[in-house]
Amino acid sequence: MNEHETLGARLAQQGISRRAFLKFCAAMTTMMALPPGAATAIAETLLKAKRPSVIWLSFQECTGCTESLTRSHSPTLESLIFDMISLDYHHTLQAASGFGAEKSREDAMKDFFGNYLLLVDGSIPLNEGGVYSTIAGRTNLDLLQEAAKGAAAIVAVGSCASFGGLPMANPNPTGAVAVSDIVKDKPIINISGCPPIPAVITGVLAHYLTFGELPALDELGRPQAFYGETIHDRCYRRPFYDQGKFAKTFDDEGARNGWCLYELGCKGPTTHNACATTKWNGGAGFPIEAGHGCLGCSEPNFWDAGSFYTPLAAPTANIAAVAGAAALIGAGAAVALSAADRAKKKKKQQAHEKLSVKDLGN
Amino acid sequence: MNLPNNNLNSIPIRIEDVAEYSIGNLRALLAEIAAHLEKLARDGATASIDLHSLPFASGEYEQLRLLLGQGEVAASIEAIGPSEINETRYPGVWWVTHYNVEGDIVADSIEITLIPEILKSQPEDISTGLELLRAQLNGEVQS
Amino acid sequence: MNPQELLHWLRGTGLQLAAAVFVLGMTYRMLHLALLGRKKNLAAARGAEWGPGLRTVWRRSFVMPELSARGKFTVIAGYTFHLGFFVTLFFLSQHIDMLRAVFGFGWTALPRSAIDIAAILSLAALIALLVHRYIDPVKRMLSGFEDYLSWLLTFLPLLTGFMLLRGIGFDYTMLLILHLLSVELLMVAAPFTKLAHMFSTFSARWYNGAVAGFKGVKA
Repeated sequence: MNEHETLGARLAQQGISRRAFLKFCAAMTTMMALPPGAATAIAETLLKAKRPSVIWLSFQECTGCTESLTRSHSPTLESLIFDMISLDYHHTLQAASGFGAEKSREDAMKDFFGNYLLLVDGSIPLNEGGVYSTIAGRTNLDLLQEAAKGAAAIVAVGSCASFGGLPMANPNPTGAVAVSDIVKDKPIINISGCPPIPAVITGVLAHYLTFGELPALDELGRPQAFYGETIHDRCYRRPFYDQGKFAKTFDDEGARNGWCLYELGCKGPTTHNACATTKWNGGAGFPIEAGHGCLGCSEPNFWDAGSFYTPLAAPTANIAAVAGAAALIGAGAAVALSAADRAKKKKKQQAHEKLSVKDLGN
Repeated sequence: MNLPNNNLNSIPIRIEDVAEYSIGNLRALLAEIAAHLEKLARDGATASIDLHSLPFASGEYEQLRLLLGQGEVAASIEAIGPSEINETRYPGVWWVTHYNVEGDIVADSIEITLIPEILKSQPEDISTGLELLRAQLNGEVQS
Repeated sequence: MNPQELLHWLRGTGLQLAAAVFVLGMTYRMLHLALLGRKKNLAAARGAEWGPGLRTVWRRSFVMPELSARGKFTVIAGYTFHLGFFVTLFFLSQHIDMLRAVFGFGWTALPRSAIDIAAILSLAALIALLVHRYIDPVKRMLSGFEDYLSWLLTFLPLLTGFMLLRGIGFDYTMLLILHLLSVELLMVAAPFTKLAHMFSTFSARWYNGAVAGFKGVKA
């Protein structure tokens, strides 16, 4: 099995009409944030596309990313797995276990060398030779380096794989790093978020399938179609920010009126993600709609970037203490130097010498 | 896996008085629709607005439905889940909503066109249908 | 270092460093000024020092008619800039958030439109003052590198702050980084340049008033 059939052939076998497929493409177009008119062109390409082999490796992670994906509403995971890609290894989702499971990974790596898509969730621990996370007796680092060799591209799913995420948070006991810290010679796409929006994961896969390449990325390696704008840019509460109307607590009049959550620590202005438009749970809403500010989970180091409830305008460190200490030191220095000046002055006066400003500790 | 209560639509939601709630996102959208409609009337240019990518305050989506209203045509498609295609009160402005089999909206757009593409019969489907029809005819002749 | 890390540094360690330099430098300079000591005036005092000194601190906040006649433009533009700067610094809600986080108390913000007007007037006044400084032969002759540097250090926080509020030019993260950088530069430079007048102007006024008061004269 070293060639997958085309999607068109598979759809025809299943008796799915062209109109149904067009509808499916319309769903993907809206998901990928492409111009609405692109659906027909996407349909043409997809019908001819070969289903790529996908290997999914899970490292230091909480399975939240997989949970997110299995709640993906469009297309459903079933259709994603069976119709769009050939998911050859995913140790949480697959039925096989033990040697059988590892064999399917090895087979896929051999049969589709150079062509398979490698999905990674979780960060990779490096301390103590990487012993903090192992699968079948092998370290994550070892598995990643081996699988990366034959991958056409790597998709880092979630903030841990993209930027190190929670395992990398201070003091980073396991020495966790991101995929991009280890693999340097393959195209890597970061789908950050804790977890990432399911539609974004499937949207990127759909894009790869449609265009045969990764979508346009931002400077942090994230697909621009989804991370091009901030939560703040697309927030329905934005008009309140512009008017300077802010909720001061989570239960005041402003909060009840749906005013901007900036002063309650919302990180929407500095967070790039599609939550405000794609939304969660089948379009039910996103955190700000539920009355809580954005945590900034799709940005690097979000866990160490100060309190979730500190406004962006406020400092993340203790300024008053530092300023107080500085004032004491400044005052001490002034008193000491003034005393020295006076002594100098007195000495010069007694010796009947001239004293200029330059002689003083200015 | 469709439990009776896991469908969002089955949860009774009271919509607040919409007029009270608008914070101005809708005006811009209506102006955009009007501009597209003018182009359709003038040179037949079609356009489409993806509602998925637009920010809506709670109630604004429902308000948009009220504002655009229901026109003369209401069509439905059954293909991997239902789809609703409605012409709004303004001829040439269509509201196209696709659902998946679980009943979640997978695509939602306003199309400014004479007839939405998805309503037309597709050439591939026509040929497949024609084959079936021929087969049926042949079968009938033979029997 | 990615933009998020830079922003975090600027909101934390960077701001701590800037605040330390600013407070240390200002405390030292002001206290050193006070402790310089004045020669004992042996003449009999004809009036008090403290009262007239404080009165002068207050009174010099208003335009003196004889000055306004001479340099109407400088006075009007100067006051406009200082007032606008003061209003944006102390009455923008985001700045009050910051002050509340540092000092533990805050006050009511002015509406966004008022801040916008203050910021625009302040920026316009600064630009006009720079142009005038360059065109006017006397001012130009008197101006050195430090004057232009001080102007730039004052102008940048206002400009980046305005761009940040309106979302002009870059995305929010980048604008916030630029704004914080410019503010921290200003804080670091202030004690060691003419910008130290933000405090020393009051002691200078007091001194003027006190000297005059001692002689029984109105300053």
